[in-house]
Amino acid sequence: MPRPARAPRDLIADQLVSFCDELRSEGLAVGTSEILDAFSAVEQVPWSDRLQFREALAATLAKSQEDRHLFEQVFDRWFFRAAELEAIDREGPVEADGAEPDRGESGEPIDGERIDVDELTEMIRQAIADGDDALMRDLAQLAVAAFGRRGEGSGVVGVDVQRIRRSLGLTPGSQAQAADGAGEDVELDRDGVRRFEGHLRRELERRLIERTGKLPPARPLADLDRALPTNPTQDLAAVHRSVTMLKRRLATLGNEQRGRRRGRVVDVRRTMRASLETGGVPLTLRYRPRRPRRPEIYVLCDVSTSVTSASVFFLSVLHALHDSFRKLRSFVFIERISEVTETFERERDFRKVSERISQDGGVADISGYTDYGRVWLEFLEEISADLDPRSTVIVLGDARTNGRDPHAAAFAKLTERAGRTFWLNPEPRLYWNYGDSVMAAYEPLTTESFECWTTKHLEHFVDVVAKP
Amino acid sequence: MSPPPTAAAGSGPAAGLEATRDALAASGYLADDSAALVSHLAQQLGKPVLVEGPAGVGKTELAKALSRATGRELIRLQCYEGLDEAKALYEWNYRKQLLRIQAEAGTGPEGEPAGGEVMEDIFGEEFLLTRPLLAAIASEAPVVLLIDEIDKTDQEFEAMLLEVLSDFQISIPELGVVEAQSMPIVLLTSNNSRELTEALKRRCLYLWLDYPAIDREVEIVRLHVPDLDAGLARRLVEVVGMVRELDLKKPPSIAESIDWARALLLLGADQIDSETFNRTMSIIVKHRTDLDLVAERVGMRLPAAGRNDGTS
Repeated sequence: MPRPARAPRDLIADQLVSFCDELRSEGLAVGTSEILDAFSAVEQVPWSDRLQFREALAATLAKSQEDRHLFEQVFDRWFFRAAELEAIDREGPVEADGAEPDRGESGEPIDGERIDVDELTEMIRQAIADGDDALMRDLAQLAVAAFGRRGEGSGVVGVDVQRIRRSLGLTPGSQAQAADGAGEDVELDRDGVRRFEGHLRRELERRLIERTGKLPPARPLADLDRALPTNPTQDLAAVHRSVTMLKRRLATLGNEQRGRRRGRVVDVRRTMRASLETGGVPLTLRYRPRRPRRPEIYVLCDVSTSVTSASVFFLSVLHALHDSFRKLRSFVFIERISEVTETFERERDFRKVSERISQDGGVADISGYTDYGRVWLEFLEEISADLDPRSTVIVLGDARTNGRDPHAAAFAKLTERAGRTFWLNPEPRLYWNYGDSVMAAYEPLTTESFECWTTKHLEHFVDVVAKP
Repeated sequence: MSPPPTAAAGSGPAAGLEATRDALAASGYLADDSAALVSHLAQQLGKPVLVEGPAGVGKTELAKALSRATGRELIRLQCYEGLDEAKALYEWNYRKQLLRIQAEAGTGPEGEPAGGEVMEDIFGEEFLLTRPLLAAIASEAPVVLLIDEIDKTDQEFEAMLLEVLSDFQISIPELGVVEAQSMPIVLLTSNNSRELTEALKRRCLYLWLDYPAIDREVEIVRLHVPDLDAGLARRLVEVVGMVRELDLKKPPSIAESIDWARALLLLGADQIDSETFNRTMSIIVKHRTDLDLVAERVGMRLPAAGRNDGTS
C-alpha cells in the first residue's frame, strides 16, 4: 500500500491548502468554500488511486474546461515537486515506492542490465496505444535507466527527452502502414507520444534532483501551456461559438429593452387617440415600441498577403457570420473588391470557401498589394446606393496601403451613408500607423475601431455590435 | 469532515464508488470514471453537480439514470429564456384565493368579518401551487432534481437559484422558509452557450462530459441494441467518430448513434458500405449543409456496396 500510517491528517491538510494556493497563483478562482469541498471530497475517495484523487479534486476546484486544463498541469507539477521535496528531506532511497500520491506502483528496483531495447520499445508503443498512464510512467523509468547506462545523457533534460524518444523510434504516426494489415489502428497518436515525453521529462528531472539534492526553481505556466490545445478546426469552432453568442445576444437584447421603462418615447398620436375616451385628458400615455436593431451588415475583408494569417481568421469569422444573419453581404478585396456573398451561402466547408476565394477571378489581385483607396472608390460606385442609415459596415483589414493614396474622402462618404462603421484590425494597436499603415486616416471616420486577433477580441466586438 | 480517513478508509470509499458505478450501469448508463466519481461525491457530500458538455453526450440521461439507480423520483425543471419564479418556484393560486374571499364575504352579512383572518387564511399552503423547485425541496421522499439547460435562463434566475442550491431552502415572504425534508441530488446541465456566474459554480461540483471513447460508446450502443453484431457496432461508432470530427452545425449525439444502430438492425444491414451510409445518414446528420459535407467526406471513404470488409 502506498499510503503508510505516517501521514497525519494535518500534513495532508497543509499540502492541500498550499496546492490550492498554487492554483490561485495560476489564476484559478479557488475560494474557501471550494477548499472545504475539496477536503470532504478527498475523504470520499481512496487516496492510493492517483486518478480518483485527482478527479475528486478537479470536480471541486476546477469549474470550467479551461480551469480543468490548468488544473491538470498544476496538479502534475505540484505533486511532483512535493514528492521530490519530501524525498530530499528524508534523504532516503524512496525512489519507486513513493509515499506521495504522485508515485508509481512498480516496487521492484530497476535492473538496467535486463532491459532489451527492442522489447522495451514494443511495450512502450503498446502502452501509448492503450493510453495506460501508469504503465507509461514505469516504462519511462526503464527507458531512462537504459539510456543512462549507455552514457549518452547530455545533462540537459529537454535534449535528453528528445534523444531518448528518437532512439526508441517513437514518432507520431510511424506505425500507420504496418497497422493496415492487422486491420486495427495501432497508430501512435501525437497526444500519446507527448504524454510519454512528459513522463520521460519527469523521470529525468527526478534523477537530476536526486543527484543535486535540491529542487530547481518553480516556473509558472507559460502562456502556451495555458491555452487549450487547439487546431485550426477547433479555432473555427471557437469562432462559430462566439458568433452563436452574438446571435443569441441579438435575440435576447430586444426582450431586455422591452422591459425597461426608462427612456421610452411617448407616441403623441396614439396618446391623443387614447385620450378621446377620457374627454381629451391624456390619462394613459402610449409609448413608441422599441424595436431591437436588426442590422443589415456589409463586411469587407482584406485577403492580401500582408494579412495572410489573419485573413484565415477573418474569413472564418465571415463564414460564421453568414450562418447567423439573414441580411449579410460579404466582400473580399485585395487590389479590387469582389462580392462573395453567394459563395459563402453555397459552401458550407470553410476550406473550400477559402480556396474558391483565392482562385476567384473577381479578386483581381494583379500585384498582390492591397489598394484601400481603390477599394473604397469601387465599393462606393457599386454598392453605395444600397447603403442606408440602418446598415452596418464592418471592415476587416490592417489598413496597410503599400504607400498608395488612402482616399480617406471616399471612405468618409461611405461611412456617412452607412449607419455605423466598424473597423477590425488584425494587428495589435501598438503597430497601428507604423510603417505604411494609415489607420489614423480611417480611424476617426469609423464609429469605432478594434484590434481583433483573438476570439476574445471578437467577443468584445460582438458585445458592442449587439448594442442597439 | 467527521470520519477520520485512515488506512482503513481505503476499502470503504472505493466500495461506495464501485457501488455507484454498478448501480448506474444497472439502470442503463455506462458512466466513465469521472462521471461515476462525481455522482458518488454528489450523494455523499450533498452538493449540486454542474454538468457541462456538448449536446447529446448524455447529461440529462445521467440525471435520469441516477434517479433510477437510487430509486428516487426525478423532478425536472426545463429552463428557457424568460423562466421566472412563478414557473420555477411557486405561485399563489389566485382563483382559489378569490373564491375564498368571496365565500368569506358571503357568510358574514354584518359587513367585515375580520379581514385579517381571511388575509392570513388565503396565504396558507393550501393556496400554494408548487412548481418544480419547491416540489423538490418540500418532497417527503428524497428526489433527484434536474435543472436542465441552466444556460438558457438569464442571470437573475441564477441568483435566485443560489438559495435553493446552497441551503436547500426557499423563502416565501408570506409563509416563511420552507426547508428541505430530505437531501435532494441536484444536477444542473449546461450546453455552455453562456458563461455561468462564479457564485453558482462555487456551489457546485463540476463535471465535464465529453463524447465517450470508442470502446465505451461501443458498449453503450451494444447495451441499448443488444442484437446488433459486435463488429458492426464498432464500425458504426468509428464512422460516427469520423463524422464528429468534421466541423458540423450539429454533431451526432450518442442517442443518434443508438438510433442509427437500431435502423441498421431493422434494415438488416451486415456492414456499413457507402450505399447504406448514404441512405441512412439522415439519422445522424440533421442539417442539409451538413449532409452534403458528410456525404462527401465520410461517405466517399467507405467501401462501395458489394465489396467485403472495409479498408478505409
